[in-house]
Formats: sequence, C-alpha cells, structure tokens
Amino acid sequence: MADGEYVLEARGVMKIFGNHVALDTVDFGLRKGEVHALLGENGAGKSTLIKVLTGAYQPDGGGIYMDGAQISLDNPLHAQSFGIGTVYQEVNLLPNRSVAENLFLGHQPLRFGFVNFRKMEADARVLLANYDLQIDPASELGTHSVAVQQIVAIARAVQLSGKVLILDEPTASLDRNEVERLFEVIRGLKAKGLAIIFITHFLDQVFAISDRVTVLRNGKLIDTRPLDDLSRTDVVRLMLGKDIAFSGATDIESNAAQNEVLVEFKGYGRKRGVLPFDLTIHKGEVVGVAGLLGSGRTEVARIMFGADPADQGTVTVNGQLTAIRKTTDAIRHGFGFCPEDRKAEGILGDLSVRENIVIALQGKLGWFKALNRDEQFEIAGRFSEAMDIRAASLDMPVKLLSGGNQQKVILSRWLATDPAFLILDEPTRGIDVGAHAEIVRTINRLRDEGMAMLVISSELDEVVAYSSRIVVMRDREMVAELRGKNINPGIIVQAIANNTDEAVA
Amino acid sequence: MKRSLRPLAATAVIFLIAYAVSVLQFPGMLSTRVLGNFLTDNAFLGIAAVGMTFVIISGGIDLSVGAVIGFTGVLVAVLITWFGVHPLVAFAIALLVAALFGAAMGLTIHYLQVPSFIVTLAGMFLARGGASVITQDSVPINHEFYRTISEAIIRLPGGGRLSFIGLLMVAVFLVGALLAHRTRFGSYVYALGGNTVSALLMGVPVARTTVQIYMLSSVLAALSGIVFSLYTSAGYPLAAVGVELDAISAVVIGGTLLTGGYGFVLGTFVGVMLLGLVQTYIIFDGTLSSWWTKIVIGVLLFLFIVLQRIIFAASAPGEESSEKV
Repeated sequence: MADGEYVLEARGVMKIFGNHVALDTVDFGLRKGEVHALLGENGAGKSTLIKVLTGAYQPDGGGIYMDGAQISLDNPLHAQSFGIGTVYQEVNLLPNRSVAENLFLGHQPLRFGFVNFRKMEADARVLLANYDLQIDPASELGTHSVAVQQIVAIARAVQLSGKVLILDEPTASLDRNEVERLFEVIRGLKAKGLAIIFITHFLDQVFAISDRVTVLRNGKLIDTRPLDDLSRTDVVRLMLGKDIAFSGATDIESNAAQNEVLVEFKGYGRKRGVLPFDLTIHKGEVVGVAGLLGSGRTEVARIMFGADPADQGTVTVNGQLTAIRKTTDAIRHGFGFCPEDRKAEGILGDLSVRENIVIALQGKLGWFKALNRDEQFEIAGRFSEAMDIRAASLDMPVKLLSGGNQQKVILSRWLATDPAFLILDEPTRGIDVGAHAEIVRTINRLRDEGMAMLVISSELDEVVAYSSRIVVMRDREMVAELRGKNINPGIIVQAIANNTDEAVA
Repeated sequence: MKRSLRPLAATAVIFLIAYAVSVLQFPGMLSTRVLGNFLTDNAFLGIAAVGMTFVIISGGIDLSVGAVIGFTGVLVAVLITWFGVHPLVAFAIALLVAALFGAAMGLTIHYLQVPSFIVTLAGMFLARGGASVITQDSVPINHEFYRTISEAIIRLPGGGRLSFIGLLMVAVFLVGALLAHRTRFGSYVYALGGNTVSALLMGVPVARTTVQIYMLSSVLAALSGIVFSLYTSAGYPLAAVGVELDAISAVVIGGTLLTGGYGFVLGTFVGVMLLGLVQTYIIFDGTLSSWWTKIVIGVLLFLFIVLQRIIFAASAPGEESSEKV
C-alpha cells in the first residue's frame, strides 16, 4: 500500500462461516473521489466484504482502516458515524412514510424536542434539488418509482455519511434512462470527492462509470486494477478465471414455426393488466419478450400462467379450447413459470434446496402420490448436477444460496415437472456472469429438446441470443412481432421506441 | 386526500351519522351529560387503546392489556386497603411494575425473535394469574383521596359533568398524538411497522424502540387500571377481561392498519367514541340486550377491515396508470 492515501481500507480481512471461508485475507483500498467497482461471481464474497465494511459483520481476522487509523465498526449505524453510507439493491427505505422523513429519519430537525416538519420538508426540498428531483417531500415514498426511491436512498446515505458511499447493485431494477440518471448523480458525487464502491453485474456499467476495479473469486482477492488498461474480456477472465463464450447465435432457424402449435392465445387480455393480444407458440421455440419496465411484460407472463387470470379472449392448448383461471390449471396443461421476483414469488426461503426443487412436481402429482425422501434426493441431485447448483448440501435452506443458484433451483423446480411450456420472467436478473451463461445455455438446450418457452428479459443481447421470435411490448400492448433477420437489438429498440409499427416484419 | 387518512375520515363520518341518527331517535342523547359520560365511561378503554395504537402501528399486538388492568386494580386496592399505603404511592408502584413488565415483554420479543402475539399472550396469563394469586375477591377501596378525585369534576351547562378520569383520557390522547406524530420516537414506531429490516439499516434503534413501545403499552394499561379502580372504587382480579380486544377494535376502527405502518392516535379516539356511542344507544333503547354491542362492534370491525383492504389494495403504487385503460 505505497500510496497510503486510502479513505477506507480493509487489510487482510477474514470472514469464516462455520467451515466455509467467505473472505480469505482480502485487501481492499478505496481512494477519495473514485468510483471503485467490486466484481465477482455470486458467492465470490462481494456481499460479505461489503457487510464487513459497513459493520454488519465483524471480521474474523485483519482490520478496517479509515484514513490510516484502525477502526472497528459495530453495526451499520456506527459505520454511518464514520461516514460510510450504503444503498442496497432493494431499496431499504420506508414506503409508508414521507420522502422527507425517509431522508432524515433519526436526524429530523427538532424544535423544543418535537420534529420540525416545516424545516424538515424545506431541507428535503433543497437536498432533492441537488439531485434534480422535483417531488413533494411530504408525499408517501411508496407512491414513487423505484428509480426515484433509489435516488432518495442515495441522497440519504450521502447526507448522513458523506465520505464513503457503497452502492450495492443499485441499477438492478432500473431501465436504461433511469440508469443514466443515476450515473449522473454518481458522477456529481465523485466530483465532490466522495469515495464510491459500486457493485453491479452489468459490465457495461462498470466501464461506463468506474475508475478502478477489484475482482474477488471464491472469497479471495484476485486483483485490483485501474480500468484504463483492462478490456472487457480481461475483466471477465479475472472474474471467472476462464473465458466464457456466449453463443452469439442470432439466426436461429425458424423451422420451429413448422413444428406443431402448442399454445394459441387469441384476443387474450385482462383489464388493468394487458391489452388483448394474439400469440401462437410452437413446440421447440423460444419466444422472447422485450420492452421497458412497466410495459406489461410481466403481466403477459402472469396472465398466461393464470396468476392473474384473463378476463377476455381464448386459449387453445394442443388444439383444444380450454380455460386457465388459476395456476393449477396452467400446471395441469404442462406450463411452468419462473417469476421475476425470486425472493417474494419464487423461492421458499426456509425450505431446503431439495424441497424447493420437488415442490412443483409434488403439486402436479397430487396428495396421494407422495415422493419419498429417496426419490426427492434423486430428483434434486439430478437437477443440481445438471444445472450446476452450488450448494453445500441439498438440505440447506435455499435462502442461504446466492441469487444465481436460487434461480437455478427455481428453474430446476419447473424442469422437474417436465413442462411443455415454460415461462421465464427475467431469468438472469441480478445473477453473475457464470450463472448467467449457464442459464442461457440451458434455455438453448431446452429449445433444442423441443420445449416451448416464453422468456422475458431486459437484456436485448440476451433475448437476441436465444429467441426464435421476439414480441415487443409497449404500454401494456403487444406492438410488434419480430422474426428472422429482424431479431437484432437495433430493430428491437426501434420497435420499443417507435409509435409507428414499421418494424413489424 | 392521503390514502392513510381515508379510513379515519370514514370512521369520523360514520360516527357523526350514527350520532345524528341516535339523536333523532332519542333527542336526550344530544346533551352535555351524555357527552361527559362518554368520556368518563370509556376513560379506561381509551387510555389502554392509546398504548395499543402504538403497538399496532409498530406491527405488533399486545394481548396483555386487559390482564394488566386487572392486576393493577388489585395491586392498588391491596396496597391501599390492606397495607395503608397512600394511593399516590400505590399508583407509582403499579406504574413501575407495569413498566418493568412491558420492558420484559419487549426484550423477549426483540431478542428472542418471538412473535408479539405469543409473548403478550404469556404476559396476559401471568398478569391475570398474578392478580388472582394476590386475592380471589373484590377488594374495596375506601380512601379520602379516592373521594376527592371522584368529586373533582367540572360541571358543564346542561347538567353535564367532566370527570377527572375523562379529562385524563383526553390528556393521554393528546400526549399520545404528539408522541406518535411529532417526535423521533413516533417516527421510529412507524418505521418498525413499515419494514423492520429497512428500519434497522436506516439506523433506527430497533431494540430500544421495541422495548419502549411495550413499556408504553403496559404503563398505559396500568394507568387504565388505576382509572378503572377510581371508576369502580375497588380492585377485582377478573376485572377488564377482554378489554384488550375492545382496544384492538377501537384502534382498527380508528383507521390504524392491523399490519402496521399506518394509523393515527386521534383516530383511535374516534374509534373509542364510536364504541361508546353504540353502548349508550343500547342503554337508551332499553329493550335491546347489551350483547348487541358486541354484534355491532363485530360488524363495524369487519366493515373497516374490508374498507382498509380496498383502499390500500386499490391505490397500490403503479396501478393507477392502468386505470386509464
């Protein structure tokens, strides 16, 4: 540490959970006025390092130094008093309280021992103006978009700490414009001399905003380097220790269209959900769904699966007119659905990996054909191997796994039911590059095996890589269906943006 | 209007309509006498309901309230009548005991991560059992101080009487409202009800706040027990059975969300008054069984839960835009 000018430094930090070494003598130094990207696959130790740096965990070895002096952090609040503020992926604010109170909670201006609301709201207005936010400080936070909430969270963290800002995947649920907005905020803070740690899974964003990068793998420090002399391939190689190749197949033969029709939706829609749409899905075909956040992508998935049943239109499965009013109807027809919000709608956090994998299959078999323990282990074992699920044991609670592994568990759950039609909503959101590639590979493999899929994703490169057809959503309406050579990111963006439908092939 | 205000507004409107209807039927109900008695008769319920409001806003529940009222009544009566302690000293002892009792429940809830429902259920059995161990019988209180207090009334034009305990309840509501809406402690209570994890990460002293909330609830329950003993001039171990449920009803009818995070202390006041109105109406009617009170409360409660559900589900963020379609 020759330059010794680190604002915040971790020296030889160890963290051990049971017999698992989560952090193995990791050194990490953060300079004033830099954006320092922290990268690593899921389970590499990023979150653990952050939790040590914010006082949520106590290190089992090594120490934390601030401006060269050793400090010990008891809890996040204590870290805050040292100037270390954190913004998490899920906005950790109070949706039930006003914007102003979220900014100042615990530090509200007082007058005669009582909270001075007028001053608090005036202060909030001034503070928000720095971030170009024109919102009423007295309004309930929960009524604003996630992006606004995220900026409010940053404003709070900077306001209270003002030395080090840790951004833990802040962009995971933002769309492109919102990310750009956030980056402007980050650049402004950097110019003011704040030291910023930025964690993300999007390499583009790392290169767009970061000065240096630290890569962790399996709890060990791999390297800390300035980004100037690194290429994207270098970074990926550092993260994985190997090269990965996305199959860049853009020209998936559309012979799937000649396969027999599996599901056909006609005038299918739901009031307050999605405008009526027509969609035919063939066996062995992946239909990609593109569109901005809030364009009705998720609604399409939910209506198809009967999670929010349709109130108009018809659905034909295997040539038979039928009705999907609830999810069990859909499962009976061989549908599977991996929802977008893994934590809330996907995993059963306290149940084991094994139970999470077999639960949909058990649901399909019904009450009277209980899978015994050996069968459960056999099924769970088979899928965890096929999907490369990294869990210490099949009996460990699934909530302890990393995001990518949880996603693989949910995917396994539905694959175990041997579905004919699988709906995946953002299957790669918030997971690392390795697991990402694994899931893309799985999608391709399943398609080749003849499964029909509907995949929703915000990552256009990814949708393009595996879709045989792409439908584009805008304002809760299916506005375009792209095939063949029209499947490329440029045309999709056009279709999303255009009001005229020239992009339709 | 903010959506959190809507249930409160609904309660207020229902109260006014119900009162108007009652007055049309029994003009006698529009008198300072009835209004004064409203306060006096519901004083102990109102005071306990203020504590319950804090607990429910924080996302918890306190089932020990009724038992603490009973226990306090017995403790105070025994200290005064058997041991000759001055009532004020007895009150102080009772409040202190309740504070410790509440703190113990809060500590258990926070550190052992046991649901408040279970902990306060245990607290309820402890307090009720404790009261019955001290004495099985009603212990009368004959003390100069009690007579002074019950004679300390403000006469209103029209024959109404504002009693000390009625005014005390109003004072508790006002202080409670200030505490909930104008202090950092109050904002912490709402924070816990909103999202405990976020609250912790935002630096809310979760442990301290939790303990304070249950202490507050128990202390107010004890104060309510003292008021009850002033009201009845006796202590009885089986007094105020089920009052915690009345308090919960008053809180919910007053617009506080049972899942926490939203609510108003003064809403609870309207809730208590609405419950009082139902009882008074039944007394005025004279032919109805007093159990009708329970039925009306049940219907009201059900209505309000449905109402809150509709208000909070219909205006969830992000759904407003789809309304246009």
